[in-house]
Amino acid sequence: MPNIRFTEKPLSDWMRGEAADSEIVISSRVRIARNLQHLPFPILATNQQSEEALQRLTDILQYDDLGRFGTFHTLKISELDEIDKQVLVEKHLISPNLANESRNGAVLISDDESVSVMINEEDHLRIQCLYPGCQVREAWERATVIDDAFEAHVDYAFDDRRGFLTSCPTNVGTGMRASVMMHLPALVMTHQINRILSAVSQVGLTVRGIYGEGSEAVGNLFQVSNQITLGQTEAEIIENLHGVVLQIIEHERSARERLMNESMLRITDRVMRSFGILSYAAVLESKEAAQRLSDVRLGVDLGILERPSTAAMNELNVMTQPGFLQKSFGDKMNTGERDMYRAKLIRQKLGTTL
Amino acid sequence: MLCQECNKRPATLHFTKIVNGEKTEFHICETCAKEKGEMIPGTPNGFSIHSLLSGMLDFESSTKSQSPGHSGPQNLQCKDCGMTYAQFSKLGRFGCPSCYQYFDSRLDPLFKRVHGSTSHVGKVPVRTGGRLKVKRQIDDLKKEMQQHIVQEEFESAAELRDQIRKLEKEMIEE
Ligand SMILES: [Zn+2]
Ligand SMILES: [Zn+2]
Repeated sequence: MPNIRFTEKPLSDWMRGEAADSEIVISSRVRIARNLQHLPFPILATNQQSEEALQRLTDILQYDDLGRFGTFHTLKISELDEIDKQVLVEKHLISPNLANESRNGAVLISDDESVSVMINEEDHLRIQCLYPGCQVREAWERATVIDDAFEAHVDYAFDDRRGFLTSCPTNVGTGMRASVMMHLPALVMTHQINRILSAVSQVGLTVRGIYGEGSEAVGNLFQVSNQITLGQTEAEIIENLHGVVLQIIEHERSARERLMNESMLRITDRVMRSFGILSYAAVLESKEAAQRLSDVRLGVDLGILERPSTAAMNELNVMTQPGFLQKSFGDKMNTGERDMYRAKLIRQKLGTTL
Repeated sequence: MLCQECNKRPATLHFTKIVNGEKTEFHICETCAKEKGEMIPGTPNGFSIHSLLSGMLDFESSTKSQSPGHSGPQNLQCKDCGMTYAQFSKLGRFGCPSCYQYFDSRLDPLFKRVHGSTSHVGKVPVRTGGRLKVKRQIDDLKKEMQQHIVQEEFESAAELRDQIRKLEKEMIEE
């Protein structure tokens, strides 16, 4: 029986920490892709070869190197049911890609869920470190130490000229993707978001919705990450990202200030209405829930509302996703049932007993 | 610049599409881009990085001369995993680490376009990357030596030259 404690509670321990700029930056994440020498990448690997990769990489857990990041638990993807997989995706502990189609895929998760190591995703090894708030440097520092711990025991595919060799040409070199999740409601409301996003894309960064490629930027959440992995050092990439994120934070802050100065009544009304709807609705579609939660989060940040806490908001963002709803209220649900349970769960969380 | 689709809103997205070597530029607003389901991060149905990549790779193969029988890109094949360049350009993925060597002659333009660069300057594996570290050290020393020479500081330059020789000798002996 696989260890499914990670799918039972919505909020990872690491998300509880209060951090700098956390009213705008929700989390920081660094992922590094590595591959073993002399083995084909997972897309071409035979069952036996991917089994070998899994074996060699999980064997490393028996050494002490990783121990200082807490105890790691190994979950084999094939042993998880659909809903548990979906919950792990919703908590960003695994990628949709690993959940869907990987042979001998597995994930190693640290106790507090701040480190997750995917095996046999697109690459043999993907080390991911998560931090609350704007702590992209800290996330990189931890990721690189974990990387070294693996590298002490296996030979990576590395080339003097091209760097770390990855299956996709967009990851070659550093193999590093650093990203920061931002809540930018004021930039959206003041119609400045497009201008900012296109400026960001001109400095080698990309912006996407919360669940990565092809998903919608629901609830005014945007993920900013580096696009370039070759020809820049990790430190340069991190500093570039960090610098741009700080600028976006400034823009969001001044947009919030402007909203409060110029249309305080309208903003207050919007926040209160959203809080009211979340408190009393009997049916909530995911899109509406995300938008209302965004309004309430903004309301708390602006001092219009006193609660819920940031941690409770983060919790709600995860809890109202389809996988987690089904986890909490019973297996297969259709969309209508999900909308009903979503509303119920939010009412409970906000302490509305009607 | 106004959006080329609606001619009303300002164009906020600018991109270049390459199909069969034909370059087309687009300048559109977010609303129109969403309707067309194109490309912006965060739209469902938006075209993915991989279709974009494979477009670039096709472009690569269609513009260069393909003398039959000769080592045109389509004839390149990785001897380790068996992936051909044609498969690679369709899939947008390498099959194994050796593909990088077998397709090497075609990769510089691709990396240049995706990353703006062709070689790695970042982290080096601790255990197996010792040689590269020394090599980079030598490169740095050479640059420094060149500066001293330009400024006619020959004594310092000579010191650096000796250091470089020592490092080079160590590398050969390893
Ligand atoms: Zn338009
Ligand atoms: Zn190959």
